[in-house]
Amino acid sequence: MTRPILEARGLHVAFNGVKAADGVSISIHDGEFLAIIGPNGSGKTTLLNICTGYIRPGSGSVLLDGHDITHLSPRAIARRGVARAFQIPQLFSAQRVIDNMMLALAAKDGLWNAIRPLDTGARRAEAKALLDLIGLADDTDRISSTLPEGHRKLLDIAVALALKPRLLLLDEPTSGVSALERFPLMEALMSALRQRQITALFVEHDMDVVARYASRVLVWNAGNIMAEGRPDQVFSNAQVRERVIGVA
Amino acid sequence: MRTIVAASAVLILAVLPVAAPWLQFVLTLAIAKGFAALGVAVLLRAGLISIGHAMFFAASAYGVAFLARAGINDLGLLLILSVLAAALLGAIAGLFLVRYRAIFFAMLNLAVSMVFYALCAKLYSVTGGTDGMTVPVPAVFGVVLGEPTFKSVLFYISLALMLLVGLAIQRYLNSPLGHALAAVHSNEIRLEYLGIPVWAVLLVAYVVSAALAGLGGAIAGFAIGRVVPDFAFWTASGHLVLIAVLGGIGGVPGAFIGALFLELLHSVAVTVTDAWNLIVGLTLIVVIMFLPQGFYGLFSRKEASSL
Repeated sequence: MTRPILEARGLHVAFNGVKAADGVSISIHDGEFLAIIGPNGSGKTTLLNICTGYIRPGSGSVLLDGHDITHLSPRAIARRGVARAFQIPQLFSAQRVIDNMMLALAAKDGLWNAIRPLDTGARRAEAKALLDLIGLADDTDRISSTLPEGHRKLLDIAVALALKPRLLLLDEPTSGVSALERFPLMEALMSALRQRQITALFVEHDMDVVARYASRVLVWNAGNIMAEGRPDQVFSNAQVRERVIGVA
Repeated sequence: MRTIVAASAVLILAVLPVAAPWLQFVLTLAIAKGFAALGVAVLLRAGLISIGHAMFFAASAYGVAFLARAGINDLGLLLILSVLAAALLGAIAGLFLVRYRAIFFAMLNLAVSMVFYALCAKLYSVTGGTDGMTVPVPAVFGVVLGEPTFKSVLFYISLALMLLVGLAIQRYLNSPLGHALAAVHSNEIRLEYLGIPVWAVLLVAYVVSAALAGLGGAIAGFAIGRVVPDFAFWTASGHLVLIAVLGGIGGVPGAFIGALFLELLHSVAVTVTDAWNLIVGLTLIVVIMFLPQGFYGLFSRKEASSL
């Protein structure tokens, strides 16, 4: 197998004595759509926080393309092609949807310009194309704080996609999204990932979504990896069915 | 439509001193304070309140006085050099101050400006202490003018600068950098995750705001003909915040509308009552309660609400 895009080695993290990661090692390769499942509070979001530089592990390291990024800031890691969508959408709430998108596009290319407007024809077209793709075409000019939660979630993902990342980390992309919108959202996301050749890692609670879309599943429990493999392999594991999925 | 309103407003301002010569000084000072308030308004977009920007206003006016003492006697050169000095001071102070937010940012700006005020007041042999320094009448494009003529020229140059600098700042605020500045107020975490260095965005804004306050200070120094430490006193900084909030931060004209309103209100109110501050205070209460976007919101409600 080729060298992984992202690799975490021997991560140890504890909060007030509770171990969120206890010597965990994971890796994600080009083209994968890796799902991480596990009970609430088992340390899944902590893993994303470590991989994006938001918190530092007690010990262990994170490598991006073989380079140590453990002690880099979220900003520096983002500039190396790793984008993130959050469980609670992180938007510029006072700004319009289109402005959120155009600023994300400018962040990638053209931020240090104090003369030309943010709203150029080309940038607007690119932003609208992404909003179309993710299903927010009708919300273009709305102030983002006025969007329903599901749409805020979509916008958060669209903003992350606007960075044209190589690796996208998604924290529960379908939470807060209605049951009817869940699969259309995943279809849009998958098509964007394939079209742009983006590798992704996602934390998810919806097992139907995981079963249908993940290329590989990691089961995280009490700071350790309990099982790993293709969705059908993992879901047939009795221990996983009992402890994580809740089906004996 | 907005262009017509703006052009009409500038035309009215241009002819007012012809009809009422006493207004020339009031309007020049209002434009000067408008520049400084615009500097404060730039930072307000990021949710940062500076109660210390009178320092840059004063620094630039002192800069003019020192440069004039050193033999530089050209209005253009004096304006450019003094604004650059204010920008440099802004860059130095900003490096330290943009790391702070909310009340800490406000108080540290106040603290730094009061240190500057104390230095101006106490270093008698350098700054003239509380007597201040004279700002002599400079030559304009090599032409030596009498004081009344210079004051008229200064007014029209200030008016022209208000337009030119105002347009430049509008461009900045509409640019990616300007939008990133407003986004600091919304969500710093997302900015970091977009790979945008928030500190650098704020430092640029801080330098721009210091330069604007500096431009205002230089014009005020020329208009008054003197610079005293009180230019930098914290109440002067508070006055700039007051102007910015009264005028509204939704657009560049807000700061100038606020400054013109306050200066004119002051000029009229002092002829009626000693308690003119009461009138100003009541006006501020009314504006905050009924015009949260400031006076500028009256002209541009839609634009203000999108920021």
